[in-house]
Amino acid sequence: MIELKINGQLTKLDVSEDMPLLWALRDVAKLTGSKYGCGKGICGACTVHIDGQAMRSCITPMSYAQGKSITTIEGLAEQGDHPVQQAWQDLKVAQCGYCQTGQIMSAAALLANNPNPSDADINGAMAGNICRCGTYPRIRAAIKQAAKANKAGAQS
Amino acid sequence: MIQKISRRKFLQSTGLASGTLMLGVQFSPLMAKTTTPNSFQPDVFVSMDETGQVTIISHRSEMGQGIRSTLPLLVADELEADWNRVTVKQALGDAKYGSQNTDGSRSVRKNYQKLKEAGAIMRTLLQQAAAKVWSVPVDQVRIENHQAIHQDQRLDFKELVKIASTLEVPARDALTLKTADQYRYVAQPNMANIDGHEIITGSAVYGYDVELDGMKYAVIARPPVVFGTVKSVDSTETMKVPGVIKVVQLPALTPPAMFKMLGGVAVIAENTWAAIQGRDKLKIEWDHGANASYSTQDHEAVFIKALEDPQEVVRSRGDMAQAQSAAAKTITADYHVAGLAHATMEPPAATARINGDRVEVWACTQTPQASQRNVMGTLQIPQENAANVEINVTLLGGGFGRKSKPDFVAEAAFLANETKLPVKVLWTREDEIKHGYYHSPSYQKLAATLDAKNRVTSWYHAMVNHPISATFDPSARTAGSTDLGQGDMMFEVPNIKIALGETDTFMRIGWVRSVTNINNVFAASSFVDELAHAAGQDPKDFLLQLIGSDRTEDFEADGFKYSNYGEPAAQYPAETSRLKHVIELAAAKAKWGQELPDGTGMGIAAWRSFLTYIAVVVKVSTQGNRVKLEDVHMAVDAGQILNPDRVISQMEGSLIFGASLAFYGEITAKNGVIEQGNFDDYQMSRINQIPDVHVHLVDSDAIPTGVGEPGLPPVAPAICNAIFAANGQRHRRLPMKDLQLV
Ligand code: FES
Ligand code: FES
Repeated sequence: MIELKINGQLTKLDVSEDMPLLWALRDVAKLTGSKYGCGKGICGACTVHIDGQAMRSCITPMSYAQGKSITTIEGLAEQGDHPVQQAWQDLKVAQCGYCQTGQIMSAAALLANNPNPSDADINGAMAGNICRCGTYPRIRAAIKQAAKANKAGAQS
Repeated sequence: MIQKISRRKFLQSTGLASGTLMLGVQFSPLMAKTTTPNSFQPDVFVSMDETGQVTIISHRSEMGQGIRSTLPLLVADELEADWNRVTVKQALGDAKYGSQNTDGSRSVRKNYQKLKEAGAIMRTLLQQAAAKVWSVPVDQVRIENHQAIHQDQRLDFKELVKIASTLEVPARDALTLKTADQYRYVAQPNMANIDGHEIITGSAVYGYDVELDGMKYAVIARPPVVFGTVKSVDSTETMKVPGVIKVVQLPALTPPAMFKMLGGVAVIAENTWAAIQGRDKLKIEWDHGANASYSTQDHEAVFIKALEDPQEVVRSRGDMAQAQSAAAKTITADYHVAGLAHATMEPPAATARINGDRVEVWACTQTPQASQRNVMGTLQIPQENAANVEINVTLLGGGFGRKSKPDFVAEAAFLANETKLPVKVLWTREDEIKHGYYHSPSYQKLAATLDAKNRVTSWYHAMVNHPISATFDPSARTAGSTDLGQGDMMFEVPNIKIALGETDTFMRIGWVRSVTNINNVFAASSFVDELAHAAGQDPKDFLLQLIGSDRTEDFEADGFKYSNYGEPAAQYPAETSRLKHVIELAAAKAKWGQELPDGTGMGIAAWRSFLTYIAVVVKVSTQGNRVKLEDVHMAVDAGQILNPDRVISQMEGSLIFGASLAFYGEITAKNGVIEQGNFDDYQMSRINQIPDVHVHLVDSDAIPTGVGEPGLPPVAPAICNAIFAANGQRHRRLPMKDLQLV
C-alpha cells in the first residue's frame, strides 16, 4: 500500500513502488484526466503537481510520490474555473484537447511561481509540452490572459 | 460514446457511476441534466423530448477539427433552437447516417445540405403544429428561438412536440432554408467549443480513457517487421509480473494488410503498467519474413531509378520535346520528402466487451462503420448480425488519418472474445511510431523550360512513392493517382507532362493529413520559386503569372481524369481567380515586398486542395544553420465559413504540423524495422519555435468546403522558399536535418 494525498484527499493505493504515478492515477485511482503521450518525460501530457511543482507523472515512480501531495487536473479547481482554465475556455485553446490537461497543469505551475511571465519564461516552462494539433499560439495568449486576470483579481 | 450531458449516463451504463472514478471529477450543471427518451424524431439527426430539449446527432468523429462544434450549428440554426436547450450526442456506427468516415476534409461539404434540412424539417413541423393549435394559416406562424409566435401569442417548442410528432414529415424540396444572412449560430465568430469544459477539467473521455467494470488492460508485442510471424514465445517471466493475467497470441497477418491486426503476442493485465512490464519480459523468436530485406537508405537508389523513366503518364498537354528544343532555359530539380508517422497525441486505443452474442466497442475511431466491418471480419460475424456489433465513438486525441484505420479496434475485439473479459488495448508511443500506416517516402523530378521572355513553356512533374493502394492490393506499384498536388496544378502552361514511377512496397502505407499533397505541393511550390529566381522575378508575381488568366481549369482537356475530391467539377470548379485571390490576400497582409534585414526572407506557396484554396506566406530569419519562423500569414477560401474560429484553429494547426515535418519528420526502416520510436527521435515542433499565425478568411458565398487538411500542403514549401530568400540556400529534401529550428 502506498499512501499519498491526491487532490487533497489522503489515498491508499495498492500498487508496486516502481509503478509510475501516471498509471496509478489513471488505472487505479481512475483519474483519467492526466494523459499518456510518451511515457518518457518528453511530451508533458501527464503533467501533475507534486508538492506544487509541475512534474511528469509518467516517469515519477510511486516510491517518490509516496507521502507527497499530488494535484491533478481534476483537483486544480473545484469548479474547473482556475484562471488558467478560464483563459483556456475563453480563447478556445483546445483542438483535440488531449494534451491540454498537461498544458494547463504546466501553465498553472508557471503562474504560481511567476505571476507575470515573459515570452521567454512561457517558452521555458511550456517547451516540454507537445501539442500535435498545434495550439501553441493560443496557449501563449491564454497564459498571458490568465496572468492578467490574476493581477486584476489581486488588485480588487 | 460522447454525449454532452451524458458522461454520468455513460458511467451508469458501464457500472461505474459510483466509486473511485468520481473522485475529484467535476460535473458542470449542464452535464447533470438527464435526458428522457425523445418522442419526436422526424429525421435521424435530430429529435426532441417532451421538455423541448433538442438532441442533435454528431455522426462524424471529433479529433480536434471541431466538427462536434460545427455541424450541429446547422441543425440548431435551421430549427431556430435555443442553443442552451441543445444536446449534442455522438452517433454509434450506423449506416443510417450515411458515411461516417471522418477523413478527406469532407464532413462539412458532405453534410451541409442534409443537416440544414434536418433542422428545417423539425422547424416546419413545429410551425404546422402551432398553426393547428391556433387555427391560423401556417405562414402566419413565425418560429424564433424555441418558440412559435402568432401576433401576441407564443408557444414554447415543448408545448408543440406532441402534435408535431403526429404530422407528416415534409418533403425536402418543399422546405424553406435559411440564407446566410439569417444565421444566428452558423458563421458566428465566437461559438463555444462544445466539449471545452470537459477538456479543461479532464473529464472528457478519449479512447485511452474508457473504463468498464472488470476491464483488463492489454499491450501487444507486434512483429517488428510487417508480415513477420511468431516462431516461438516464452512467457514464463511475463507471468511472474504482479498483475499480469494472461498472454494471448494473435493470428499472423497475411497480405493484403488492409485494417487487419498485425499479429504478435498480447499481455493482459490488471493495469497498463503491469501489461507493459509483462511485455518487456516476453521472449519471442520472430520470423521477420520477406520485408526484412527493406531498408529506406538502400531503397533510395530504386526510387531514383524508377524516376528516370516513369511509365505511367497521367496528364499530358502539347509537345514536351518541341518545348525542350525551343527553350531559352531548361531548369530541373529533384525533391525528396521522408516517410512520416501520424504521431497523434493520443496513440490508438480501443476497448471491447463481449455480451452474449453482442460485441460492444469503444474506440477513438475516425471510421465507426469500417470499425464495425473490421470487427465482424475479425470475429467472423455474418452481415445479418451487424446490429450486434456496437461501435461507440469516443473523443479522439488527434486523428490525422491514423484512426481511420481500425486495426486497433480489431485487436480489442479479438482479445475480448478470446478471454471473454472486457479488454482495453492501449498502444504505447513506441507502438504508434513503429507500427503505423506511414506516409511514404517520395522522390520527385521537376523540369521546366523558359522562353526568352522568361515565360514557362513546359512543366514536368514525376513522382514515385510506395502507394497507399498497396496496403489493400499488394500488386499496386504506382500511386495510381496524381490528383493530390501533382496533376491538379493550375498553371497556364502550353506543354505539360505529369507522370508516376513504380516500385514495390514493404510496409503499411496510409493517408496522413493531406496525403500526397504533402510531398507533391512541396516539390511543385518549391520549383515555382526556383523558376521565379531563374527568371529574375518576384516569386509572388511569378506565381500569379504562372497561374495566368481567370478561368475554370479543364483537366479533362489534357486527358486527365481528375477526381476533384469526389465532387462534380460543375459544382466545385477549380477556379484560378480564387487561387490568385488568396495569394494576393496573404501577400498583402504579410506586407510582401517590404525591405527586410540581411538573413531574413519571405516565402510564399499556394494550392487548391480538398476543394479549398490556401496561400501561405512565411517570414524567417536565419543565422548560420539556425532558422527562426518570424511571422506567418495564411489566406483561406473555403467557401462559406460555418465556424470561423475552428477554421482559424485548423490553419494554426496546419502551420505547426507543417513545421514539424519540414524540420523533423523522418521515418526510416532498417531491415524492415522502423528505426524511430518516440518523440525523442521523431520530434515535434515546440511552443518556443512557433510564432503567431495570422489567418485571413475570404468572405465567400460558395458552397462550403473542408479545412482539416488543405492548410498543410503549402506550409513546408513556403518555409523553404523563405529560407532561400533569407540566405540563398535551397532545400530540396525534407526534413531539413542540417537546420536547427529555434
Ligand atoms: S507521457 Fe509523461 S511526458 Fe509524455
Ligand atoms: S490539442 Fe490535440 S494535441 Fe494538443
